Amino acid sequence: MTRPTLPANRPELKEFARRIRAHALRMVHAAKAAHIGGCLSMADILAVLYTQVLRLDPAEPQGPDRDRFVLSKGHATAIMYATLAECGFFPLAELDTYCRDGSILTGHVSHAVPGVEVSTGSLGHGLPIAIGMALAARSAGAGSRVFCLLSDGECDEGSNWEGILFAPHHKLDNLCVIVDFNKIQSFGSVAEVLNLDPFAEKWKAFGWHVEEIDGHDVAALERVLGAVPSQSGRPTVVIAHTVKGKGVSFMENKLEWHYRSPSDELLAQALAEVGA
Amino acid sequence: MRTTFIESLSQAASENPDIWLLCGDLGYSVLEPFAAKFPDRFINVGVAEQNMAGMAAGIALSGKTVFIYSIGNFPTLRCLEQLRNDVCYHGADVKVVAVGAGYAYGSQGYTHHALEDAGIMSMLPGIEVFVPCDPNEVRAATRLIASSGKPSYLRLSRQGEPALGSVVTDIRKPRILREGRDVVILASGPIASRALEAANALSVRGRDVGVVSVSCLKPLDEAAIRDAVRGASLVVTLEEHILRGGLFSMVAGAFAGDAQRPPVTGIGIPEQGGKTSSAGSREALLDAAGLSVEAIVARIEQSLAKR
Repeated sequence: MTRPTLPANRPELKEFARRIRAHALRMVHAAKAAHIGGCLSMADILAVLYTQVLRLDPAEPQGPDRDRFVLSKGHATAIMYATLAECGFFPLAELDTYCRDGSILTGHVSHAVPGVEVSTGSLGHGLPIAIGMALAARSAGAGSRVFCLLSDGECDEGSNWEGILFAPHHKLDNLCVIVDFNKIQSFGSVAEVLNLDPFAEKWKAFGWHVEEIDGHDVAALERVLGAVPSQSGRPTVVIAHTVKGKGVSFMENKLEWHYRSPSDELLAQALAEVGA
Repeated sequence: MRTTFIESLSQAASENPDIWLLCGDLGYSVLEPFAAKFPDRFINVGVAEQNMAGMAAGIALSGKTVFIYSIGNFPTLRCLEQLRNDVCYHGADVKVVAVGAGYAYGSQGYTHHALEDAGIMSMLPGIEVFVPCDPNEVRAATRLIASSGKPSYLRLSRQGEPALGSVVTDIRKPRILREGRDVVILASGPIASRALEAANALSVRGRDVGVVSVSCLKPLDEAAIRDAVRGASLVVTLEEHILRGGLFSMVAGAFAGDAQRPPVTGIGIPEQGGKTSSAGSREALLDAAGLSVEAIVARIEQSLAKR
């Protein structure tokens, strides 16, 4: 498996990003669900990963030599499920069941959903799992890579720092962490709650190859994510500077959209702004 | 027990190239034979149990069978949520091996006493829990979990535990260590040796006492345990663990709905509460906790007197 084998008719990158944003807005509106801000901040990252980078086959989601994507910020599910549905892992109509009684589309990401590698939701779990997958992939020798998306707030978790220490020591160059650095965590700004700065320097000091980019610059995302493994013997971290609520003016950089679900009126405005 | 474990695991690993072993920077003078024989499948992850447990899940979800090894509370309670979410919820083929059951690390103090681990592990969904009493059971349990394909917990003591019975035919079944029908002591772990001593002391007084090792706490073979205690006028459980959540809780819970059931006397370690722990050998700490052979005999006599 050398190239992405996603459906040939998948939309082009920017259209894909627009569509998954629109799905996510509709889903959280219908379900009166939370976490739309952190969904929108990572939309462009998912769009690039799933249309340009990951070697996956929706017809064979458990293919042994696939690339792995581990969503560690497991609360950002609407955009994740929308991405997988757009890629053909399951029917788009299924998105209408998000958070409904009996649906597999739970509010924190579930491995019952085709295309989801692991269930997360308690923060600080994804990276150690991704490290295990990267070790196993290296041992298998098939060249598959493991991408793990963290939130900034979740970098408070000690378990992540155990993993951050481990991966360079074991030269896991097939591992790529992406931090959705939208600067707002659950109960305040990252700078106020528990400052991560100097963030890139911390990763560098631990031995990672660090890329620091605008997380909405799809060309930059494509360049750094597509290059993994970027440096022989070093894991890569992409610190993606993003905007919480990106694409919807009244949600951008607003803590409240970690929790709120848009009214009918605000949904219409949001959809218009993302171009749906 | 530790040596028997690593010998059994090495044997299994030589037959199955998908068996890996991770340790949390513990296992000096125990794990080296495995590390030397299978360097590509052994990782000392450092003193980082959360990462170890999550990583084990990730390796297992890639098709491997992963053992993680450390002392008592470290690969269990320290990373409990990783075991719950990453291992058990995904049905990942991860085996948690804890050395130092109960008071095995005697004088090392409270942090090294594993007194709640078996109960807490048993509460996790889909996990199988083994508390072997002697090297024969360690061998059988290790062989079983190496190929069971299920999350498992193996609770080991330390070293020098004697064989308490003959060969193990089925580690999932209760194993009779001493025949006897009137009183049956169900024991889990090496504390079973004290059950045998107590049974001998009671038999001198004319009591008919059997001893049965219950190594597999989960799934508990309730039917086989009912058979093992059939006709007994008293059942005693003995464990190097608090009563809550351990063997006593499981046996009492199994019998609770039976119309005809024997009384069950639970003997285990009292909860520590706010009291500080003293230094002492395993034997001394067991004695102090009310698990001396004499105290066990006395408890059984008291229970018999109430019949």
